[in-house]
Amino acid sequence: MSITRDEVAHLARLSRLALTDAELDHFAGQLDQIIGAVARVQEVAAEGIPPMTHAVPVVNVLRDDVEVACLSPEQALSGAPAAEQSRFRVPRILTED
Amino acid sequence: MAARDAGAGSKLTRLTAAEIAAAVASGEVSAVEVTQAHLDRIVAVDSDVHAFLHVAGNAALAAAEDVDRKRAAGEPLGPLAGVPLALKDVMTTADMPTTCGSKILEGWRPPYDATVTRRLRDAGVVILGKTNMDEFAMGSSTENSAYGPSHNPWDLTRIPGGSSGGSSAAVAAYEAPLAIGTDTGGSIRQPASVCGIVGMKPTYGGSSRYGLVAFASSLDTPGPLARTVLDAALLHEVMSGHDPCDSTSVDAPVPPVVAAARQADVSGLRVGVVTEFSGGGSQTGVQARFTEAVELLESLGAKVVEVSCPHFTYALPAYYLIAPSECSSNLARFDAMRYGLRAGDDGTRSADEVMSLTREAGFGPEVKRRIMLGTYALSSGYYDAYYGKAQQVRTLITQDFEAAFEQVDVLVSPTTPTTAFPIGERVDDPMAMYLADLFTIPSDLAGNAAISVPCGLAPEDGLPVGLQIMAPALADDRAYRVGAAVESALEQRWGGPLLAKAKELREPSGGTQ
Repeated sequence: MSITRDEVAHLARLSRLALTDAELDHFAGQLDQIIGAVARVQEVAAEGIPPMTHAVPVVNVLRDDVEVACLSPEQALSGAPAAEQSRFRVPRILTED
Repeated sequence: MAARDAGAGSKLTRLTAAEIAAAVASGEVSAVEVTQAHLDRIVAVDSDVHAFLHVAGNAALAAAEDVDRKRAAGEPLGPLAGVPLALKDVMTTADMPTTCGSKILEGWRPPYDATVTRRLRDAGVVILGKTNMDEFAMGSSTENSAYGPSHNPWDLTRIPGGSSGGSSAAVAAYEAPLAIGTDTGGSIRQPASVCGIVGMKPTYGGSSRYGLVAFASSLDTPGPLARTVLDAALLHEVMSGHDPCDSTSVDAPVPPVVAAARQADVSGLRVGVVTEFSGGGSQTGVQARFTEAVELLESLGAKVVEVSCPHFTYALPAYYLIAPSECSSNLARFDAMRYGLRAGDDGTRSADEVMSLTREAGFGPEVKRRIMLGTYALSSGYYDAYYGKAQQVRTLITQDFEAAFEQVDVLVSPTTPTTAFPIGERVDDPMAMYLADLFTIPSDLAGNAAISVPCGLAPEDGLPVGLQIMAPALADDRAYRVGAAVESALEQRWGGPLLAKAKELREPSGGTQ
């Protein structure tokens, strides 16, 4: 299994990384090498072995339904790159047409 | 314990955390004096070591004054009250920046403290500042920090390990007796090993992840670094315990780690040498010191056997699928909208474009590699072949541990295959860098406890070697018990701690203040 430069470009788009051409060239070779190495997992993992997602087998951790303190609007906005009227100001998310 | 004579400042920085706490509690020395001595040491050596990204001198002195005031008022003090600590810059701090070694969070001040941060403050531990790290804890050398690498106090041209390399360097350089690190694939134990200090990865869930900026949530575990096993245990106890804010936090008592560190006895204990990690593959001097440590354990009354863990060699490939997969998801939060960097927002570009430009500008190469690798492993069509298989390997590794712990009480191996490598050597060779985690990853995947303690210097380069002791989940105390026994026997042989063999760092101001 190997990975092409085009596939890396696709991954970069999915990952929201505006990579330069030079980065694409560089990463394509490295990712190909890494993926080749990690593919070794396919040698041992046969059918019937349950997958393990987590070291602690806990599910549905609940707490009592009581109010607890939370961030104030000022605190929540304190690191915002741009804020307006107690809201996060973001670039446009829709196009005109 | 000589803190009273002239030039006391430099001596205060040589004390253990246990000694400092006792001296503060008895009034022999004030917490402010101790803190000032460490701040002076940071001024003297950190331009060479670069362990810290941020030093919070005033906040530290204020925290120390608070401890002194409480003592004067006769209020009870915690076991580490007045002891300075270096905090890895991945833990949120409401009064200090938290950057995770990344440009994307440059200058970010979180609106809340991590649980670990909060527990340290409540215990009267004095936080000196935030330590350097590989960006978002991805790396084994601190070279992936956007703010430049930290340097190993044993040899400033070499790496201090990573990702908690600022923390290990700070402790080894006597800038702090204690530090907090986080371990996802070895990021506490490997830096401890290459800096000749003690580093412990607690059982997963034993220490809270609330406020730990997430890299791989099923693996990330905060833990202590210190110069002695007892100091690590004292910090372990203060920082650990159930946290309702972390849903994977273990709701069980903290194992009796301090008592175990004091017990320091291995007679009758069954120690397993992991076959797969004790053959070739390690540097000659690492292998030699490891073999000696095993012989030492036997001479101390432990029963040593060899135990095969056949799937451990698949831990590294499984980890480099699981950790990047979780990273690609976790780091999606850096979207240029709510906090952190925003690039290219010129009024014409869309949110999507701004997001891509910001992440391009804000993330370094290793973070980009891992995000793309994780995105690949989770893509439909590849998911079963990569992420799914890696999760199955994780089960096999856990089963290897379970089988091994039916035969033995602890497992041992070298902590990392080599001593500290030169800065620059592996920086653009990801696979070579990843090998540093070869022996540490199994315990991260299985979630059990593992400690690294110094076991000597490699003859070929005079650099520290670490012994890794792995214990079952929630049996953290066992790792401390063995680690303390090894430490005590070796220090008797060496005539003092291993770190005393490191050459003194240059203090440009002409020495002590």
